[in-house]
Amino acid sequence: MELLSGADMIARFLKDEGVEYIYGYPGGAALHIYDALFRQDDVKHILVRHEQAATHAADGYARASGKPGVVLVTSGPGATNAVTGIATAYMDSIPMVVLCGQVMSHLIGDDAFQETDIVGVTRPIVKHSFSIRHPSEIPEVLKKAFYLASTGRPGPVVVDIPKDMTAPTERYEYVYPKKVKLRSYNPVTRGHTGQIKKAVELMLKAKRPVFYTGGGVVTGCASEGLTDLVKKLGFPITTTLMGIGAYPQSDKQCLGWLGMHGSYESNMAMHHADLIIAIGARFDDRVTNNTSKFCPTAKIIHVDVDPSSVSKTVRADVPIVGPAGSVIDEMISLVQGRTVENAGALTEWWEKIDGWRGEREGKLYEPSKTGEALKPQEVVEAVCRVTRGEAFVTTDVGQHQMFAAQYYKFDKPNRLITSGGLGTMGFGFPAAMGVKMSYPDDDVVCITGEGSFQMMMQELSTCKQYGVGVKIVNLNNQSLGMVRQWQDLNYKSRHAHSYMESLPDFHMLIEAYGFTAITVTTKEELAPALERAFADKHELVFLDIKVDPFEHVYPMQVPLGAMRDMLLSKTERT
Amino acid sequence: MRHIISILLENEPGALSRVVGLFSQRNYNIETLNVAPTEDPSLSRLTVTTIGDDRVIEQITKHLNKLIDVVKLVDLTEGNHIERELMLVKVKALGAARDEVKRTVDIFRAQIVDVTPSLYTVQITGDAAKLDAFLQAMAPVGILEVARTGVSGIARGDKVLSL
Repeated sequence: MELLSGADMIARFLKDEGVEYIYGYPGGAALHIYDALFRQDDVKHILVRHEQAATHAADGYARASGKPGVVLVTSGPGATNAVTGIATAYMDSIPMVVLCGQVMSHLIGDDAFQETDIVGVTRPIVKHSFSIRHPSEIPEVLKKAFYLASTGRPGPVVVDIPKDMTAPTERYEYVYPKKVKLRSYNPVTRGHTGQIKKAVELMLKAKRPVFYTGGGVVTGCASEGLTDLVKKLGFPITTTLMGIGAYPQSDKQCLGWLGMHGSYESNMAMHHADLIIAIGARFDDRVTNNTSKFCPTAKIIHVDVDPSSVSKTVRADVPIVGPAGSVIDEMISLVQGRTVENAGALTEWWEKIDGWRGEREGKLYEPSKTGEALKPQEVVEAVCRVTRGEAFVTTDVGQHQMFAAQYYKFDKPNRLITSGGLGTMGFGFPAAMGVKMSYPDDDVVCITGEGSFQMMMQELSTCKQYGVGVKIVNLNNQSLGMVRQWQDLNYKSRHAHSYMESLPDFHMLIEAYGFTAITVTTKEELAPALERAFADKHELVFLDIKVDPFEHVYPMQVPLGAMRDMLLSKTERT
Repeated sequence: MRHIISILLENEPGALSRVVGLFSQRNYNIETLNVAPTEDPSLSRLTVTTIGDDRVIEQITKHLNKLIDVVKLVDLTEGNHIERELMLVKVKALGAARDEVKRTVDIFRAQIVDVTPSLYTVQITGDAAKLDAFLQAMAPVGILEVARTGVSGIARGDKVLSL
């Protein structure tokens, strides 16, 4: 039996838990823990330049690798700076463990220096939180934190650690707990067989079915099963923004993604469907538009690991509570050897869908002509070509995020890394760092805008320290594009504070950190600039690409309408 | 519709705030709330009455069940149950009213638990409607102070809420 201080227990536990990276920023209440990290080589600590970046980097790492991201911050401002990142992870169900220093336990409640009640502050945005009350409970609490973060519907877990719990002078027995049990937490491991049978019968009888799948398939590692099931049945599939890549987008059965800025054919198919098979998706308002007009003729099968997601906004006809993977596998075995009963109707359904596809083909946006400003859409398409559609793409939030999701074609899950639920500007760049560190030999691109990038650009310094070779594609339209689009549509083009005045010279800024920057203003410059930028996978390159500031994202669902009510361009609507 | 939800909760710091926080975060309504330890020191029993349609109540119970500190819960209003609330009331008891208060206390099978020359402190238990009726009856005499515990409840018959 080994005697360790609380701080050493934390370092040792992280090693025993198999944690590779921990993203953090030191400060008074976390110093004992930092000292313990200093005296070991197993867990690599990445020093960010702002705690929000630590959480986004850990989040990016978690999304790409499927393993929980780990963050270490100090009390007070250190912890409150992490709040946005915790909320981001919570909304997208990302496994994360956030270790927060806290003032010494005898000072708690006295408004001590750098004290905040971080458990209280984060309560609505965590899956669970713990406060350490005795050093000896550290191994068990940490194990519980990792277990909760990564099982069931994943999410962030905060562990509040008063400084005296990590004091080097007090030593206690350390044993790595291989397993923990929580009597009140038993995530479901499989769906109800009777319900799954009922669902499969509906699927085989359907005339106009659509699969609608979300992030639950990605986090549940169920992409292969899903692809198999969808191919076996020959049904169309649309995914949510969070579910992109769970089914290969280059396949004919994939209609793209759905919702507010989803594809025309996805939204039309959803509206006219007679059966919707929702898996790991939560009928979020950016998907359903007005729920009272949502898919009027469809029966709904809803599979989700979280019972509270089922029938939350749209009532399910066949609710199935269970993890996407095991439910899909069970569906596959029930479908095996059987054929759809209405093959003729399904053929007609496909004809209709292909008709919708044909209507919009070649009309999605107008590419720029020589001498005109580049369109952001064509830049994303060019990035997709130069990376052969295989890069990890992180985004920030706004128009560029939608363009990245629309025009980069993803054939693999975990490749589009974006803040779908919370919509956090500043997410993309630090998330890209987190991804790149665990996938150093892959292309990792942050597609961003000059507004979002400036929210986290201090992380260039982190990239310099650790040699992180991400590519940053800055779609520079000199405005907060999505805000501006809404102002065009709803406020008679009164552009209140959506114009970015006094932008820095990004070229000089990037060079100040010792990195390469390339400015692109014309169509001719684009391809060579991308070739140059992606030539070396280990070099950070920043592409400042001047794009048309007047471009809008379409399709765009008409507020309070049905799925099929869309603006298709500045002049067309359904 | 009004529902009574009884919860066995981990007796941990912050557990109660998670339950209460859930109601305000998700815009649910708390009518009454009552919490105390049980015979098992590791558990508290919390009873909350709330108002909502079936969809809302379904969401409330699902979200409560998701809280790690919630060990078990039951919606008592789904079956036969016993519902009680305890109330302490200070009422004016002067002159002719002094006898009148005593008579009303007897009618409601309440008890006078403290006396001064000018007031009675009355203890009364029952369901919420009975307590409301008592307050209504006392209103003309003069109610000085009211302390209600909020609803506590338990299922009738063999059904037991335990681990």
